[in-house]
Amino acid sequence: MSEIKEIIISSDKIHTDQYLVNMGPQHPSTHGVLRLLVRLEGEIVHHIQPHVGYIHSGIEKMCEAISYPQVIHLTDRMDYLSAHMNNEAVALCVENALQVEVPERVKYIRTIMDELSRLASHQLWWCVMGMDLGALTTFFYGLRDREHILDIFEETCGARMTLNYSLPGGVMFDIHPNFQKRVKEFIKEFKKKLPEYDQLLTGNVIFQERTKEIGYLSLEDAIAWGVTGPAGRGSGFSCDVRKHHPYSAYPLVQFEEKLDTRGDTFTRYRLRIEEMHESMHIIEQLIDNIPEGDYAVKMKGVVKLPEGEFYQRVESARGEFGVYIVSDGKKNPYRVKFRSPGFSNLFALNKMASGHKIADLVAIMSTLDLVIPDIDR
Amino acid sequence: MPKSADRFLYNLAPFIIMIATFLAMAVLPFAKGLQTMDFDIGIFYVTAVSSIGVIGILIAGWSSNNKYSLIGAMRSGAQILSYELSVSLSLVTIIILAGSMQLSVIVESQRDSWFLFKGHIPSLIAFVIFLIAGTAETNRGPFDLAEAESELTAGFHTEYSGIKFAFFFLAEYINMFIVAAMATTVFLGGWMPLHFGSFESFNVVMDFIPPLVWFFMKVLGVIFLIMWFKWTFPRLRVDQILTLEWKYLLPINLVNILLMCLVVLTKFHL
Repeated sequence: MSEIKEIIISSDKIHTDQYLVNMGPQHPSTHGVLRLLVRLEGEIVHHIQPHVGYIHSGIEKMCEAISYPQVIHLTDRMDYLSAHMNNEAVALCVENALQVEVPERVKYIRTIMDELSRLASHQLWWCVMGMDLGALTTFFYGLRDREHILDIFEETCGARMTLNYSLPGGVMFDIHPNFQKRVKEFIKEFKKKLPEYDQLLTGNVIFQERTKEIGYLSLEDAIAWGVTGPAGRGSGFSCDVRKHHPYSAYPLVQFEEKLDTRGDTFTRYRLRIEEMHESMHIIEQLIDNIPEGDYAVKMKGVVKLPEGEFYQRVESARGEFGVYIVSDGKKNPYRVKFRSPGFSNLFALNKMASGHKIADLVAIMSTLDLVIPDIDR
Repeated sequence: MPKSADRFLYNLAPFIIMIATFLAMAVLPFAKGLQTMDFDIGIFYVTAVSSIGVIGILIAGWSSNNKYSLIGAMRSGAQILSYELSVSLSLVTIIILAGSMQLSVIVESQRDSWFLFKGHIPSLIAFVIFLIAGTAETNRGPFDLAEAESELTAGFHTEYSGIKFAFFFLAEYINMFIVAAMATTVFLGGWMPLHFGSFESFNVVMDFIPPLVWFFMKVLGVIFLIMWFKWTFPRLRVDQILTLEWKYLLPINLVNILLMCLVVLTKFHL
């Protein structure tokens, strides 16, 4: 209650025509326990104040008490839709610190898993985007296709979402003998399914009316607020970590960083769809050429990082995910900081959605593709 | 019930909606003679009583003392009042063709060909407009702004639970049935079997299917259409919904009435 009063008093005069609405912590379109304090005038959104922390699990603090290989298992509880990217970020960070060179096979496997995760994440985003706008069929289409990827994950490492697959030094198991066959089958099938997405939602007149020229984010604002991922690229901010700071097998593959300068909701939507095409393209280049070799290098029983600070960034499905480790030479980190894409993206919401209607706020929030544990960590 | 709700109005709202819904059921002709009341102003009666429902929605939104409810109710007020026009005007188009407002007479005069085909293009336009506006009036997607679960949690019935909530939901689905039944009665020949002028044997076979089955087959067909819309299309925004009505449907409707008058005057219909 005190917050609500504060906001009203802090403005020049007490507005009698504006009112505050708490969207969340329980709200269908915040996709988790996110609370937005929205100041409205009728239907028009004037100001959005996100309140985070409702699902804060203290992961960064917990990391200080556990060893490096154990940190991996916490990271996929943050952004559970890009679990593998998060695992990989920590693994890469530790490997770089110890200057361990992983076998080529590991790099290939990790990159393929990255892109499969990205596909699965974008599929779920697409489901939810449609649902937020009121088109319910998208939910069934997206989940239908996502199921195949999760099956592949399950066969590879036993988990469907929280993979725990990348470890410092390699991956936990070798790929299943069926892996290549199933991935190729999936790609072949999904290539036919993806145009259906366009037919159902992208081409829809109502959808275009709802999203075009809504929620504009300028390049300056995108950079200032640190908006990364497809949301940032929709404003023309070239921020693809895979391109600018390549890791794993990304230097070996050809792919485009999709950019657009229009910066509206529809652009962000379209870039994600195009990113799915690119992901499939990347997997196709790698899947037949996975080199033979070990799936992990032998690491010491107790991993101790040299004293110093280490940073590693990867491109998760939402944007730039960073791991910052400060080590004092012990077996557990002195301090760990995760740079989560969702956190930065969320706070640009006020810039994007002010002046639009409530319904637009939901659509804009949807294109940011928020995962709340990723924001709160 | 929320603590600060207006107890009396809060309890009253679901009943108003239910009453409005069931009143409209009274004149629907399920089959020949299977009709509770056969007014000579049947269509007028249906449009009149179905607009009582919006009062229930507004009361529910206001008395709940919840901001989501209020936004939902105000949206629904604006929406239903606007689309009432389109529903009525598209029905007026058919009244001109039928020359009567009595539902039994309307069904009877579709013995040879349904009004959808009889009035050529004006009928077709009226049918499409009726479907769009009817969907909007029953608060079904893509016009379900009043509840808009992804924006307003549950819109005007956010604060309701138990049997009162059930009443709202039941009313919504009965409303959908009424819109489908009206579309059937007015455009698709009601309980009349499908006849083609010269195919005698076909017509005889069609006559064997009982009228009640015909009626429900058609109604379920229209309900299927309405549900199909909801599941496929994204929801419109509140300003777009009003633009659609006032800038497109209403002018088209008015021109359409003139067209229908021409068709009737020149006896161009089947």
